Amino acid sequence: MNELKKIAYNCRKATFLIEKKQIGTITLREKLELKIHLAGCSICKTFQKQSIIINSMVKNLFNSSDNSVLKLDEQFKKTLHERIEKYFKNN
Amino acid sequence: MPSDNNETLAIENTINPHLWVIKYADYLYNYAITRVNDEEQARDLIQDTFLAALNSMNKFEGKCSERTWLTSILKNKVIDVYRKNSVAFIKNKVIDQEEEEHDYFNHEYGNWNIEYRPKEFGIEQSDALENKEFQHILKLCMKKLPSLWLAVFTMKHMDDETTEKICKELKVSSSNFWVVIHRAKVNLRACLQKNWIQT
Repeated sequence: MNELKKIAYNCRKATFLIEKKQIGTITLREKLELKIHLAGCSICKTFQKQSIIINSMVKNLFNSSDNSVLKLDEQFKKTLHERIEKYFKNN
Repeated sequence: MPSDNNETLAIENTINPHLWVIKYADYLYNYAITRVNDEEQARDLIQDTFLAALNSMNKFEGKCSERTWLTSILKNKVIDVYRKNSVAFIKNKVIDQEEEEHDYFNHEYGNWNIEYRPKEFGIEQSDALENKEFQHILKLCMKKLPSLWLAVFTMKHMDDETTEKICKELKVSSSNFWVVIHRAKVNLRACLQKNWIQT
C-alpha cells in the first residue's frame, strides 16, 4: 500500500490528529496528512465536527445556567452545618 | 468614614463559616459531581473541603471571594482523587482498555469499523450547546469513562489545565496523555451516538 493510500485509510490516526490539533500543536506534515485524509473521508469530517461541539459543551457543562440542578439533600446539609458549628464550640 | 464602595468590598471578602452550607454547599457539590461522577465521593469531598477550610481560615486573605477560595480547596481535593484513581488504573486496567479500543477501528488499516462509524447527530448546526437533553446524555456518557480518562479529559476540557500540569499531577507520560485524550473522545462520541440517536 502506498503512502497516500495509507493516509486515506487511517481514520484512527486522523481522529488522533483531530484531537491533538484542538488542544495542542501538530507538525506541518501531520497537518498535511490530516488535510489529505479529511478531503476524502466524510466520516472523519463528521467526527471532527462533533468533537468540536463536544469540547465546547464540556466546557459549558459546569458553567451553564442550570448548574445547580443537583442539590445535596437537606439531611446531609444539616450534618455538614452541625460539624462546622461543632468546630467552633471545640476551638 | 469609608466610602460605600470600600465597605461593600470589605464585606464581600470576609469569611463566615456559619453560612457556608447555605451559600455554597450546592454549588460545590455540582462542581464536584461533574468531575468525579460519584455521589458518595462528591459528598465526602464537600465535607473535607469545609473541614480543611475551617482549619486554614487564617490563611484566607480576602483577595478573592469566599466561594472562589472554597472552590480552589475543593479543586485540589478533586486532583487528589484523580491521582489516587490513576495509580489504581495504571496497575489494573490499561490492558482491558487496549482490548476494547480495537473495536472502533480496523486493526490493520485503521479505518472505522462499520458499526462504529460516526453518523450525524442531527444537532450539529443548531443550538447544541443549549440542548438540555443532549447535555444530560453527555453527563451520563462521561460517567462511563474509566476514571483516569475522565480525570485527563475534565482537567483538560473543563478546567483548561496545561498538558504539562496534567501529566505531572496524574503521572502520565506525554504520549499516553494524547492516547487517553483520543480514546476518551472516541468512546464519548460513540456513547453519545448510541444514546442520542436511539432516544
